[in-house]
Amino acid sequence: MSFMLSQIGNISRSPGDPKVIETGPSSLKPADSFGRALGWFSMGLGLTELFAPKVLTRWLGVEGKEGLVRAYGAREIASGVMCLSVNNDYGAWSRVAGDMLDLASLAAAYRDDNPKKGNVGIAIAAVAGIAIVDALAGQSIRSLHNRKGEPVRDYSDRTGFPKGVGYSRGKASGGVPQDMRATPSSAAASPTTGETSPASADLILEVSA
Amino acid sequence: MKALVWHGKEDIRYDTVSDPEIEEPRDAVIKVTSCAICGSDLHLYHNFIPAMLPGDVMGHETMGEVVDLGTEAKARGGLSIGDRVVIPFTIICGECDQCKRGNFSVCQRSNRKKELAEKVFGHSTAGLFGYSHLTGGYAGGQAEYLRVPFADATHIKVPDGIPDEKLLFLSDILPTGWHAAMQADIQPGDIVAVWGCGPVGQMTIRSAILLGAEQVIAIDFLPERLSMAEAAGATIINFEQESVTERLTELTGGEGPHKCIDAVGFENHVCLGQPDTILDRFKQMTLTENDRGHVLREMIYNCRPAGVISIIGVYSGMVDKFPIGIAMNKGLTFRMAQAHVNRWTDDLLHRIEDGQIDPSFVITHKRPLSAGPEMYRTFRDKQDSCIKVMLQPE
Repeated sequence: MSFMLSQIGNISRSPGDPKVIETGPSSLKPADSFGRALGWFSMGLGLTELFAPKVLTRWLGVEGKEGLVRAYGAREIASGVMCLSVNNDYGAWSRVAGDMLDLASLAAAYRDDNPKKGNVGIAIAAVAGIAIVDALAGQSIRSLHNRKGEPVRDYSDRTGFPKGVGYSRGKASGGVPQDMRATPSSAAASPTTGETSPASADLILEVSA
Repeated sequence: MKALVWHGKEDIRYDTVSDPEIEEPRDAVIKVTSCAICGSDLHLYHNFIPAMLPGDVMGHETMGEVVDLGTEAKARGGLSIGDRVVIPFTIICGECDQCKRGNFSVCQRSNRKKELAEKVFGHSTAGLFGYSHLTGGYAGGQAEYLRVPFADATHIKVPDGIPDEKLLFLSDILPTGWHAAMQADIQPGDIVAVWGCGPVGQMTIRSAILLGAEQVIAIDFLPERLSMAEAAGATIINFEQESVTERLTELTGGEGPHKCIDAVGFENHVCLGQPDTILDRFKQMTLTENDRGHVLREMIYNCRPAGVISIIGVYSGMVDKFPIGIAMNKGLTFRMAQAHVNRWTDDLLHRIEDGQIDPSFVITHKRPLSAGPEMYRTFRDKQDSCIKVMLQPE
């Protein structure tokens, strides 16, 4: 897929530019790819909940709760956005929190007087399974990107000054060119004499070429 | 040849690609001996910079040896096969009005897709290596070979006998840090605060010391970066452990730093102690804001009245909650730019040769090019105390 996209991208490249012949190992790890897949799933479910809530309320036997389903849809979309971002661990964990909310709401609908109680049971089992998958995804993404509690290296011997800070300090002082000065020529253009304002008589202004 | 190629968000691959070829008389091709991953490559890695396409070769910190030359590159630039060159990240024609003024990063001719850049920026900026189709869509230098457009101007000729480690960063981070200090107008006696102790921040700190700053205050949260900043003599502030404003007030006798330098850019760290960073990240995720502006806000708030704000960290578009009222009332001066690399490199090479600075101090990881995809992750996740990755083709 990616190879095909790179071939399409070649339209915008000139004849002498390098073009992909064969793709190799990637920086993208399976945990991140899975996190993104969860993101697309969240987006799909969220859009369904937001725009077709009656499909779900009818199937679960909770007609009249469309407003709540829409709110959950918005929540799913927010989780999806996070899962598709570079902070996808937060996305996966936000899905786990959402799963808990879903389970609590479904438990309330798992009543004997609900003619669709069986469907609610199926939904509870599905959401519980998904919650486990979400938690595992969140954990694996986080452990992939964590600093892993490794010891911090000390770079306090890396001065960057081979002859010592003392040798280098101020070696370039006064070297800022005129066009890089904060007020390069205003002092020179407007000499102060104190004629009109005594306060301007002894200003500390650099008038340098 | 082998190259590190962008295929999508967080998807950099070590691919086999066709060799670059001379297209224009002013082109050259170099055989890469060393290259590096830059902090700004992470903006592409995260897909925050628009107009990247799958198949784009990454990298804008590169050096090597000239192996092929267009006719004019030889005649105009005095280049010869076998010359050792560092390649600046900005492609420059050397002839337009901006180049003649030394404003190389806004060269008017080197961006071959300038119509696109003009629509986004109002005017085109210079072409850049491996940095999206907004800046020309040129292949980058994290590869075995690199075609250099306008090569007669776009190179820094370097002598033999100095290792790559000391010269490679003339391509970007050393002149970038230097430019940040220059445009901050650092004068002897100044108190300078530098936000961000990544590779550019480290070079900025050392540039400020070379320019005679009385005190340099380095702000970050990663202990390994802070230890490196402290090594140069900087006073450090860990913003996860202490209030930046309180510490700056204490260190400057309540006056604030004369000069504040942003070496962070639009992907600042998000943390609970700085709630605006969370709001910004949320807005960025929902595409209601491009850039996170925490560092800009903090600099403007803390800078001494009539001080200078120097922005060298990369920004991509719009930033919200920009405290222009504070900046205006305090009479702050703003300077910002991508570094005009070639303007500074003669001087900086001299300082390297003289032992005033050795930029190799920043390299924490040196690996073969094939390890590139893994090193992108390590660098992004700041694992293994990684600050700067240098890569070399096998």
